[in-house]
Amino acid sequence: MDLTLSPNEQAFRDEVRGWLAENHPGEAPRGDDASFDFLKQWQLKLHEQGYAGLSWPEEYGGRGATLIEQAIFGEELARAKAPGPANVLGLVMGGPVVIAHGTDDQKKRYLEPILSGEEIWCQGFSEPDAGSDLASLKTRAVKDGDEWVVTGQKVWTTLAHEAKWCMLVARTDPDAPKHKGLTYFLMDMEQEAVQINPLHQITGEAEFNELFIEEARIPDANVIGGEGNGWMVAITTLMNERAGLGAGAAASMKIALGQLIELAKERGVDSDPLVRQKIAGLLIEVEALRLNAWRGLTAIMKTGIPGPEGSLPKLQWSAANQGLTELAMEIRGEEAAAKDSDWTYRFLRARANSIEGGTTEILKNIIAERVLNLPKLR
Amino acid sequence: MNFDYSDDQQAIKRTAHDLLVARFKPDTVRELAEGERYDEAHWDELCELGWPGIFIDDQYEGQGLGTVELVILLEELGYTLAPVPFLSNAAAGLALQHAGSDEQKDAHLKGIATGAERGTVGTLKNGVAELVPDADTAKLIVFLDGDEATLHKAEDCDIQPVDAIDQTRRYSRVVPGGDGEILPGDVGAASDRMAVAVSAELVGASQRVMEMAVEYARDRKQFDRPIGAYQAVAHRCADMLRETESARSATLWAAWAAEAEPETLPLASSMAKALASDAGWNVTSSALQVHGGIAFTWEHDLHFFLKRAKVDGSLFGSARRHRDRVADIHGLGAAA
Repeated sequence: MDLTLSPNEQAFRDEVRGWLAENHPGEAPRGDDASFDFLKQWQLKLHEQGYAGLSWPEEYGGRGATLIEQAIFGEELARAKAPGPANVLGLVMGGPVVIAHGTDDQKKRYLEPILSGEEIWCQGFSEPDAGSDLASLKTRAVKDGDEWVVTGQKVWTTLAHEAKWCMLVARTDPDAPKHKGLTYFLMDMEQEAVQINPLHQITGEAEFNELFIEEARIPDANVIGGEGNGWMVAITTLMNERAGLGAGAAASMKIALGQLIELAKERGVDSDPLVRQKIAGLLIEVEALRLNAWRGLTAIMKTGIPGPEGSLPKLQWSAANQGLTELAMEIRGEEAAAKDSDWTYRFLRARANSIEGGTTEILKNIIAERVLNLPKLR
Repeated sequence: MNFDYSDDQQAIKRTAHDLLVARFKPDTVRELAEGERYDEAHWDELCELGWPGIFIDDQYEGQGLGTVELVILLEELGYTLAPVPFLSNAAAGLALQHAGSDEQKDAHLKGIATGAERGTVGTLKNGVAELVPDADTAKLIVFLDGDEATLHKAEDCDIQPVDAIDQTRRYSRVVPGGDGEILPGDVGAASDRMAVAVSAELVGASQRVMEMAVEYARDRKQFDRPIGAYQAVAHRCADMLRETESARSATLWAAWAAEAEPETLPLASSMAKALASDAGWNVTSSALQVHGGIAFTWEHDLHFFLKRAKVDGSLFGSARRHRDRVADIHGLGAAA
């Protein structure tokens, strides 16, 4: 057992840390368009340094980093309070899916513009009637010559208005069992048949969108992984979304805890026994999250299979972030009612943490069924 | 970065697991618990294997391994709820190893490492140690009192048995007597390791009880379905995994830090004990609920684990006390 970084890992951390100190882009400007341009510029810089597509194999323009290095990068980014890249969905989900399931032509066509941020990607999975039960989705794709004609509705689509490509899962065989009749497409967002509506959320902003798709056309060449294999391809994407995020999340949470402690001191409640117990409880939970994440990475690297502790960080992160922001609100008392406050924003935004990227209930189902081998819950 | 056991550590774990599962079958544990006794033959066997001295230097006839190896044994001892005076003796060994003078080590560590002359540790409050494990059969007792520790001969102390809920271990109320010797070394380094040691036992007990609950949830049918197919039951089990694995991660981290990064040990040990104390109680009480009425009966084994977990939770500092320490370490104001 050795919880220190190896010389190579340490060298990588020092390199990233040094580079971030020199190249930190500063704070993002306000306003959606300005802030997105800023993130695109930032991604270009990351790309020039080889930090975009860190996990991608070198032959596809990535760095072939180990899971540990990915986690180190996530930690350092959080530690430096540097933003993530603009094309986050393309880098974390789109690229890995094309690499795993795409044809040579598709790899040639799509990968480089993802890395450079020239083409932004979004994700069309969830639908109004298909959230946790994703495989029940109803968006239809019907073959018409060498094209598919797609009609349906998608929801929770981040960056839809900036995106060139949408990772779209649609039903291509309504007669097949629900997991079997799905196909994974890359849909060009630049067509009239795709209408984008911003979705206003409880924070007042619109991070997400709804897509209304009315006979959009997708060439057959844009099917990924073959007709009828959409579920399998989509699952790979979701796994990519979860792997290795824990370490970075824990690092961000540590920064937030530091701010919470400052707040408690500022308001003179840091000697209140109840506040002390609650803050200490959060510090401990975040440390447990960090440790479980690293233990999980070690398990994957050794065996190729995530260990039971690897399924926990998302659950723990959402609970800890909600607890942390709730405590900040409690400490701030009546002041917390004002909209114009970062704590208040974070408190409201944290409500989504236990829903987005897999609800707490679904994650517990997964732990129960796949880790503990309890009987199927349905 | 390798957050897993080495091959040697893996081998120790396997050997300990197999031996203890064979030796401490539920019926054996029950018989000893109901008789409120140990079987010295069990202790002799562990001594022959060199377990009591696993973390003690070889000059005192220990095995010269570290806290991680100690924690591996304790997790398996907790898993089987082995009724042996191992934890108490190890705590005394940790006290002498880190806070004892050379003379004190020469006089006592060999007896602890070989198991021939056992020790134990009590925590003083107003001059009394209310709950000292295995004081009745120990030769020497270390008393922790704030940052200080004193060593007493057991025969000089007033030792009264406590009729404790945890019948798998002997407990006493002890008033120190005779001339105590101050342990001049680093008492904190010793007591932090004791907290890690008992955390490991709690992790083992939690793991075992989680397995019992999961197995029961698979087998037990109500309304024509296994109860584990109901989300309310399944989610309890998922929470057991979360708490057990978090406590395990923190305990391993703290055990590793004890040798590799001692400056982290105060924080790591308190985080581990807070998580393990909470996990021990939450997992065993939730498992009782999953089992339903059967686990409320004396004849079911779960209550032995539940009671051990409750008592272990307060040994060497409760979750509340360790959270308090985490708050101190992070510079929060002194509690009003």
